[in-house]
Amino acid sequence: MKLKMTTLALGAVMAASPVMADLVFPSLSYRTGPYAAGGIPFADGYADYFTLVNERDGGIGGVKARVVECETGYNTEKGVECYESTKGEGALIYQPLSTGITYQLIPKVTADGIPLHTMGYGRTSAANGEVFSNVFNYPANYWDGASGIINYLLEANDGDLSGKKVSLLFHNSAYGKEPIRTLEELSKKHGFTLSTLPVDHPGQEQKSQWLQIRRDRPDFVIMWGWGVMNQVAVQEAANIRFPMDKFIGVWWSGAEHDVMPAGEKADGYKAVTFHGVGRDFPVFDDIQTHVVDKGLAAGAGDQIGNVLYNRGMYAAMLAVEAAKTAQELHGTAEITPAMMRDGMEALEMPEARMSALGMPLFGPAFNVSCENHGGPGLVGMTQWDASAKEWTLISDFAPSDREVIQPLIEADSLAYASENNIEPGC
Amino acid sequence: MFYREAGDYKVSYQQDSQTFPIKFDRYRYFLVMAVAFLVVPFFVNDYWANAILLPFLIYSIAAIGLNILVGYCGQVSLGTGGFMAVGAYACYKLMTAFPEVSMFVHVLLSGGITALVCVAFGLPSLRIKGFYLAVATLAAQFFLVWLFNRVPWFYNYSASGQINAPERDVFGVIVTGPNAPAWATYLFSLIFLTVCAIVARNLTRGTVGRSWMAIRDMDIAAEIIGVNPLKAKLSAFGVSGFFIGISGALFFAVYLGAVEVGEAFGITKSFLVLFMVIIGGLGSIFGSFAGAAFLVLLPVVLKVVGVDLLGWPTDIVAHFQLVIVGALIIVFLIAEPHGIAQLWRVAKEKLRLWPFPH
Repeated sequence: MKLKMTTLALGAVMAASPVMADLVFPSLSYRTGPYAAGGIPFADGYADYFTLVNERDGGIGGVKARVVECETGYNTEKGVECYESTKGEGALIYQPLSTGITYQLIPKVTADGIPLHTMGYGRTSAANGEVFSNVFNYPANYWDGASGIINYLLEANDGDLSGKKVSLLFHNSAYGKEPIRTLEELSKKHGFTLSTLPVDHPGQEQKSQWLQIRRDRPDFVIMWGWGVMNQVAVQEAANIRFPMDKFIGVWWSGAEHDVMPAGEKADGYKAVTFHGVGRDFPVFDDIQTHVVDKGLAAGAGDQIGNVLYNRGMYAAMLAVEAAKTAQELHGTAEITPAMMRDGMEALEMPEARMSALGMPLFGPAFNVSCENHGGPGLVGMTQWDASAKEWTLISDFAPSDREVIQPLIEADSLAYASENNIEPGC
Repeated sequence: MFYREAGDYKVSYQQDSQTFPIKFDRYRYFLVMAVAFLVVPFFVNDYWANAILLPFLIYSIAAIGLNILVGYCGQVSLGTGGFMAVGAYACYKLMTAFPEVSMFVHVLLSGGITALVCVAFGLPSLRIKGFYLAVATLAAQFFLVWLFNRVPWFYNYSASGQINAPERDVFGVIVTGPNAPAWATYLFSLIFLTVCAIVARNLTRGTVGRSWMAIRDMDIAAEIIGVNPLKAKLSAFGVSGFFIGISGALFFAVYLGAVEVGEAFGITKSFLVLFMVIIGGLGSIFGSFAGAAFLVLLPVVLKVVGVDLLGWPTDIVAHFQLVIVGALIIVFLIAEPHGIAQLWRVAKEKLRLWPFPH
């Protein structure tokens, strides 16, 4: 009976909480299903940063942030259900961590006037803010990632890739298909041959693709994988003794849990990134004292400092900074989704601001503008050290080949604009 | 008490063989229709439409379609997801090619195209039966998904292979795209469901339906008494495909708005609709509704209770959902192998005698 009363009281508290004026940040997370391995650390990082802001700073501009978590399972139908059920609570920003759900939400958020931030995923051409008024994908997008990988390879091969063979192993979905167009353009420009190998959802079955790789003997393999697909691919590469330092993943294929199962054999595997890795940032001390030590860590609390945890934290940090910008811009602490959108569009992220937050050199310094929702697109390269069990940054954050990417963004976004009768403009 | 036949005289054959022979049932039916058409549209909001009502309506159409094939004609099909994809992609191609044509026409045409595809994949059913047919339709599932992933013409050469529903209207009212009002999408789907259910009900109790059921119960005997198996089986595939195509078109255009074939129309969708049919009741139109409602509403109810009311972590609730839905399926199949429809029938029988059973 006592338990029942407690649950009832708890239920009453939960039901009553929307009345308080909070800043609501929904987290469309996935802690179940074949993509949970990536979804859990991201969701933990996202939630922990908001807890840190509430505990350390007393909220954003004095108003507490509230994270409403909703489980999507990486499934678009559940994503829609989550969106509809959370948007009524005054959701300020959506970050669904799924390209499929992003495609679903782009028209919906635009109609509802809520900003959508797809950091390093989603629809690449959303970088064109003239067409996608409510969608942001700073600081880097898929095409920057693809171009960053090719730039890295160019550098490693003295600027010449002609005659080389590059294979793209990709998740056969909207997510995995995104880089193909850019890589095709780049292969024309630099004279390498590109072959594409699709892997179907969820990605455990890759024997035939790796047989193909063994037969083709490509010089490099690029991977656009997510979830269980990454672990299987790294293991398969190890099985056919493909040199790991010639196997490069996108940022969604470069976390601890992707390489751990292959053990020592995964040593030297690389992945691009657009933010810092590891725990050597002052912000983690704050997280330890204000979040972990108080027993407020999200999930099991064992993901802190992982690559995807850092990314979730970075996403939350950018959301908080955008909210602060919006508060300054509109002179009110209780911002609406429309104000949040303005804040994101006016966001400035210089190095000094990141250092002040305890995240020096964590990501590139960038400014968002109405025309450019995509940021500068600076990408760095990380490598896995199996003996130390850590990812290390092995190159500086370098710009991608905007000469190739910009026309592609223009073409794709304008096609979307004409399909949906959007008048581009700022 | 509630179901009294006393005083309910039938004086013609029409009255005797109507769908709801008992007066109370008939009034209840009219009441449900009146509420669905005249009351709900005024109160429906985005959440109710997009999270609960639209999936229920659309899955009901799919379940009716599959029920005709599996429940009435006895041809096991695991290709529902693939056939829904045909409806969705047909609708997408039609919507983008003929923007000025009404959505009603597009959805009906998508159903027609799916019917043709379904008949083509139904041809093996003339030679193979049971499990072997299930495997053949499974091939259809994989082939169709592969096709829509592989051939760029189907998704208009978009970079990501996704299809997005542009804004289209019916008599000036927008029914697709993000600006469509909730009541419009709801009514649009409801009209299709109502018409489909009435057509299905009347088909299944007429000559065509009887020949399907004859084939289901014993195909050799049916052939001996003069039922043409070719006609019966292929017509079942065709009609079933028509309904499933309509549901696929609505699923893409009205409900989701953007679809990726492998994710939205994969093998899990085939199983989901098959479970709806089995749990709801094979060979029952009401069962299709009940099964769809059960599998659409239960996860939402569990989520609301677990996360919003009890405040449990979302992953625990998601895992519990799987456990509870799975357990309920087993319980249902043991307690009532003929599904919710049979439970309903038994309940009605009891209510008819209540409070004075023999």
